[in-house]
Amino acid sequence: MPTFPFSAIVGQDEMRQALLIAAVDPAVGGVLVFGDRGTGKSTAIRALAALLPPMRAVVGCPYNCDPDSPAESCPHCASMPGARRRSEKKSVPVVDLPLGATEDRVVGTLDLERALGAGVKAFEPGLLARANRGFLYIDEVNLLEDHLVDLLLDVAASGVNTVEREGLSLRHPARFVLVGSGNPEEGELRPQLLDRFGLACEVVTPKDIPTRIAVVRARDAYERDPEGFCAARAGEERKIQKRILLARERLPSVTVPDAALERAAQLCLALGTDGLRGELTLMRTARALAALDGDAAVTDDHLRRIAPASLRHRLRRNPLDESGSTARVERALAEIFA
Amino acid sequence: MTGPPPLPPPIAGEGAPRRRSGRDVVPQEGQRDGAEDGVSLHAASTLSGSVVPLSRPALTRGPPAPAEGGGSAPDRWADARLAARLLTADPHGFGGVVLRAPAGPVRERWLDVLRAALPPETPWRRLPPGIGDDSLLGGLDLAATLATGRPVARAGLLAQADGGLIVVPMAERLAPGIASRLAAALDTGTASERSARFGLVLLDEGEADEAVAETLADRLAFRIDLRGLGVADAEGTVPDPEPASDAAEPDPVGSLCALAEAFGVASLRGPILAARVARAFAGAGPVGQAAITAAARLVLAPRATRLPAPAEAAPETAQPPPDDSPEDRPADAADPDADPAAGDASEDIVLEAVRAAIPPHLLDQLLSGQPRLAAAKAGRVGQAASSRTGRPVGSRRGDPRRDRLDLLATLRAAAPWQALRRCGEETRRIVVRRDDLRIRILKQRTETTTVFCVDASGSAALERLAEAKGAVELLLAEAYVRRDRVALVAFRGAGAELVLPPTRSLTRAKRGLSGLPGGGGTPLASGIDAAVAVALGVRRGGSRPAIVLLTDGRANVARSGEGGRARAGADALQAARTLRDAGLPALVVDTGSRGEEARQVAEAMGARYLKLPRVEAGQLSAAVRAAL
Repeated sequence: MPTFPFSAIVGQDEMRQALLIAAVDPAVGGVLVFGDRGTGKSTAIRALAALLPPMRAVVGCPYNCDPDSPAESCPHCASMPGARRRSEKKSVPVVDLPLGATEDRVVGTLDLERALGAGVKAFEPGLLARANRGFLYIDEVNLLEDHLVDLLLDVAASGVNTVEREGLSLRHPARFVLVGSGNPEEGELRPQLLDRFGLACEVVTPKDIPTRIAVVRARDAYERDPEGFCAARAGEERKIQKRILLARERLPSVTVPDAALERAAQLCLALGTDGLRGELTLMRTARALAALDGDAAVTDDHLRRIAPASLRHRLRRNPLDESGSTARVERALAEIFA
Repeated sequence: MTGPPPLPPPIAGEGAPRRRSGRDVVPQEGQRDGAEDGVSLHAASTLSGSVVPLSRPALTRGPPAPAEGGGSAPDRWADARLAARLLTADPHGFGGVVLRAPAGPVRERWLDVLRAALPPETPWRRLPPGIGDDSLLGGLDLAATLATGRPVARAGLLAQADGGLIVVPMAERLAPGIASRLAAALDTGTASERSARFGLVLLDEGEADEAVAETLADRLAFRIDLRGLGVADAEGTVPDPEPASDAAEPDPVGSLCALAEAFGVASLRGPILAARVARAFAGAGPVGQAAITAAARLVLAPRATRLPAPAEAAPETAQPPPDDSPEDRPADAADPDADPAAGDASEDIVLEAVRAAIPPHLLDQLLSGQPRLAAAKAGRVGQAASSRTGRPVGSRRGDPRRDRLDLLATLRAAAPWQALRRCGEETRRIVVRRDDLRIRILKQRTETTTVFCVDASGSAALERLAEAKGAVELLLAEAYVRRDRVALVAFRGAGAELVLPPTRSLTRAKRGLSGLPGGGGTPLASGIDAAVAVALGVRRGGSRPAIVLLTDGRANVARSGEGGRARAGADALQAARTLRDAGLPALVVDTGSRGEEARQVAEAMGARYLKLPRVEAGQLSAAVRAAL
């Protein structure tokens, strides 16, 4: 059965925008989606990955290295001369990280089969290896154990997984878009961790009946005839695909004028975000958004559109403050862009 | 795939097929008393011929048992059977069923019905509790691998169940990790790259404070509650409704969405699954009223979080009659003027039928406005007890697929036998057998859950309540760092109420605290009882409970709800002794300015005692931290 198409997702504009930005520039540092159940979070991520064109990967490389420029840290491809690398087409991986996964499974561990069977010290790649060049999706990231979240964020930021365990010592590439989702009612993410996600969106179940009907109708139509449904949207899908690919090409040439940087700094100052991560992410995401829009430079409009998702999770908050952080960002935006 | 497979025929051997009794459309007389107000009459009249309400088949059966779930016992059994029949048609498409029932003949009977309806050879697996990842998702066959010296793979339970059903016993205590693996496999239909298109039967034996993880339950179409049904009710003598030749509804999806909205089903999986069920119910025929009703009863009613406002008679009759030429209308066009929220007559019929299927205990909860404890604790049970994380404190013999291998200890255990094992044909350098495998024992810091039990009685208590709220909020803010949880029980008037189920969430806490009322008598015994119940639940969940009781100790309402100081005082002391017997650590904060009652209660509890006639929130939280 083909994956539910990305273009058929109704509403949830902010989440879709955030995912597109992450697809254009994985360096923005992951997307956090907080909100209700059954709002199509996992559907959107799988749909986005399916929409991306298949990537070329080195045959047999457990880390899906690009044959033209294998990661420096790849233990598989580094030892192999370029001429001997054969390549194959692979779809962009989406790896689910289940709650309660052990560190072994995530990081990778000693290959037990080969250690016990043949007495060879070999590395068995974990989920991080499989997610290289793709997406790593964690549902209920807020319930994930802290040490795992720390580890994931660290790897996501550096793009390299360093394994030092059970007598193994190696590094391998692990560049992926981290997408975490969860429901704040069931427990919150530590503020230190929140801050390290690039973008944070809030999703809510649509409350108005027409939207709800549109969602259910689309799903219903898809279930009745998946192939036909996807075929009917193939054009739309290609359009989005093209938009992402063009944006990736354009990204390095998009400029950030000093005025935009100043705006970003003003905004972060007004909101009292800690450190410089707020400005950096704001700049980066605004640039990716400009690339998606086909613009040559970042403008106020881009900043304004991406600021809530880039900043709402970085506000230092008073635990008893009633007003939501989104409202605070909106207020600051209204003042600065007045 | 162009649609769900056709339904299997009604289960054989259950009497001659009968005409459907119309019971799932029109509430029977006496089935629900007083909850409706004439709407059903109106609804019945609009039916006019499309469905003829027949009388219930004259069967030899006593009067219906006092219903615990929605509707009468035969209705509930019939719904349960219908769900079973639908589920067998497409286990993966419907996700499965949450079966809430105690272990016993009724539950077995339902499972028999389900199993009988499945085509032969359909996989039917049982999920062992505490299953390891390798057995669940597939992986290495350890015994065979060690014996042969080369990796031997095997399919996991999920892949083995492809196309069939997995029965999950004690689903309310399912570890969150397994629940999320099951949910991911349901979403993708695969496990470790093998096809795993299975359905789940979650056997929920939970008491009031336990429920199946909502992440998983939300993905399953059906929820059946067989509590309170007797063996006589479950004899299956009620015939299956035959798919009636329904007139096609113009917009089934719209109707189901409107219904979901009316019953406060927030997650969109509700109407999506309902649409799937309606289509399966209708089979090859058009989706009509009966299919929508059945889908709404089976899928939406058990998810209801509110009751629709009673429809007013006047605007309803003023509505134009529903479009009676459905062919004219393109079936899938989003048609703004057919706004289903406006409510046409056919929808009301369904509304009533669904209303009848809502379990009354849900209504009680909604009416009394109490928080649903089950929802609050969903999925959290047993997390702290997991032994997969923490610091290593040694090693023991075990299966490394479930826990972490201690390689050094394993080799150490295998070393002495190498000379013996290497004789004969053996060519391996090191021979490790299953008995040599050692795993790490990990010790996890258990979190503490502080249960605040607050006297919210009388006008003076209002002030104390504010202090308690302040203290809870302060402790909660600290819980960020310490990863602890808090809960709040308040008692006043006739009884106690769980205001804040154990939580670490600021969002939830703020909401629970802001709506806390004060005033009335002092049912101290009920308050202590409630706090003990919460604390024991916390302990079952693997976390460490502690109770902080804020009161002046002047009980004046007994457990029975009657007034009278002597009786109330005796009850309170008895409740306090129960607390001590349960071995729960406690602290009593005496908020009264005179009297010794609170001290006596503290002594009966074996609790620490703290006299703080004027409590400041900061002072209180400091005292709690110091005392526990």
